[in-house]
Amino acid sequence: MLGEGIIKGMAETARNFLGSYTSDERLTTVQYPEERLAPKEAARNFPFLVYDGPDWEKGLRCVACQICEKECPPKCIYIVKDPAKKPDYVGKLQFQPKVFDIDTSVCMSCQICVEVCPFDAIKMDIEYELSTPDRFGELLLNKQALSKPNEYYRKIHPTEAAEVDARFAAEKAKMEAKAKAEAEAKAAASPRAPAPKPEPRQAPAPELAKAT
Amino acid sequence: MSETTQIDSPQRHFELLPQTPSTGEVRGELLEVSMGPQHPSTHGVFRMDVVLDGERVTKLKPVFGYLHRNHEKIAESATYLSSMPYTDRLDYFCSLTNNWAYALAVEKLAGLQVPERAEYIRVITAELTRLQNHASLGGFLLQDMGASGTPLMYAFREREKILDLFESLTGARMMCNYMRFGGCRCDLPAGWLEQAKRVTAAFPRFLDEFEALLNDNEILMARTQGIGVLSGELATNAGVTGPMLRASGVNYDIRKVDKYGIYDRFSFRVPLGEHGDVYDRYMVRILEMRESVKILEAALRDVPGGAIVDPKAKLRGFRPKPGEAYGRIEAPKGELGFYLISDGTPNPYRYHVRPPSFVNLTILEDMCLGHVVADVVVILGSVDIVMGEVDR
Repeated sequence: MLGEGIIKGMAETARNFLGSYTSDERLTTVQYPEERLAPKEAARNFPFLVYDGPDWEKGLRCVACQICEKECPPKCIYIVKDPAKKPDYVGKLQFQPKVFDIDTSVCMSCQICVEVCPFDAIKMDIEYELSTPDRFGELLLNKQALSKPNEYYRKIHPTEAAEVDARFAAEKAKMEAKAKAEAEAKAAASPRAPAPKPEPRQAPAPELAKAT
Repeated sequence: MSETTQIDSPQRHFELLPQTPSTGEVRGELLEVSMGPQHPSTHGVFRMDVVLDGERVTKLKPVFGYLHRNHEKIAESATYLSSMPYTDRLDYFCSLTNNWAYALAVEKLAGLQVPERAEYIRVITAELTRLQNHASLGGFLLQDMGASGTPLMYAFREREKILDLFESLTGARMMCNYMRFGGCRCDLPAGWLEQAKRVTAAFPRFLDEFEALLNDNEILMARTQGIGVLSGELATNAGVTGPMLRASGVNYDIRKVDKYGIYDRFSFRVPLGEHGDVYDRYMVRILEMRESVKILEAALRDVPGGAIVDPKAKLRGFRPKPGEAYGRIEAPKGELGFYLISDGTPNPYRYHVRPPSFVNLTILEDMCLGHVVADVVVILGSVDIVMGEVDR
């Protein structure tokens, strides 16, 4: 019968329409500004810089190695190295960025900067309500605007942050153990051999030390 | 011509409707119309220079390049890894299959081995991509025919579930940038497989619904059957691939021909069309989705544990040895290939994309000749183009 197919289709539409009153599965629209979906843990939007501790400038993990600047596909990262070094999380002296700009109007949210960073200094933010009437000033984020505390990182990407924190803690513990071992070795060595300082490489030195 | 001009009689006013002379003797003045690039039915910034005889197409010239972004040259001046997010933007509906094709080419070039688990994840994501691409294409095709909204919204409702899966896996809904040379970027998050299984299990119900809504619809049949017929021979000669070629009855599926990845482990059938018209292209895609669901069920069941990326693959300072490679996959739109030449530097010496929708578009004229303008829109919709891929 002509029109049978159309009627069959209409029945389907009616089922969907009436179903939207009874089943949540058929009523899928999220009324955005009032309702929001929970953010996904893997979600990414634009990068930010992670810092440890209370001071953003002192705690910045970035060491200005410029790998992300080189690998960034649209080249939206601009870094100037500061010649003055500062200690990092294990106390080692590292370079720091004098200027670190990301042009978020160019950024394509690909996460490659995050992947190539050997220092876990740059991570992806999930903030998406970033509209601004100012095309150039507001979208070009400088070092201060990019810096966010590690606590924020833990909040938005808990699994990832826990991994990074564990790795950092292990590294720090290793460094501390090494430093302690070194100090102990020094402490152990220093009372035993204070005399042969000018000639430490001489073979009979221990015997000499014993003799004295 | 004279018998239709019954202007005086008000009872017969309907005869004023334009009628094309069946004998072809009467020729009016030809009219040249530029359809696009802002025409809403052209799926992006695409223009067709159409020469019309009345309402019938006598000549059609596709004009593209409005969305040209210099992708290939940019890739030649960037590192191999830096090109990966650009491939997302080729066919922005199917970023994961684009990633796979590019990764496959680089893996051939650098001789990397993809771990088992990564291969399974690639198959799963690629088939999910195929599902959402074909589902939304069904919606768009109906939108082109004037079924404004309903089928497209039903398709997008399903697509949304798949995009949610992509987001929780890769972090982005469309620009996934997920695959890496020698594997994938990150492992599946907790609970992802279960979620994917639920979405896959619910998908056939959507297909049943979609088919009940459309398949027997008389208007759909009238608009698609016998429209835009493409013979298997012409399709083969023109290099057409994908569902368009299979709708013309040519059995050519790169998943079967090349058996790239681990596709030889899954049993699935290749649906073939008989007439090569728009209806067959629509039906082939519907049937392909059903086969994809089968592949997905098997793949989701068998995902093994293990590493996600080849330990030999380097993220920083990646330099494949000099040589050339061509990696191709069965993307939802057809054969997507990447041709690379390496000269041992961090950038490819030559980087070329063989996009399916660009090649499939070249025989648009052959399909459209003799049809009315409204059919041209439908035929173009059935080619399944994405301008990001056509223009690159």
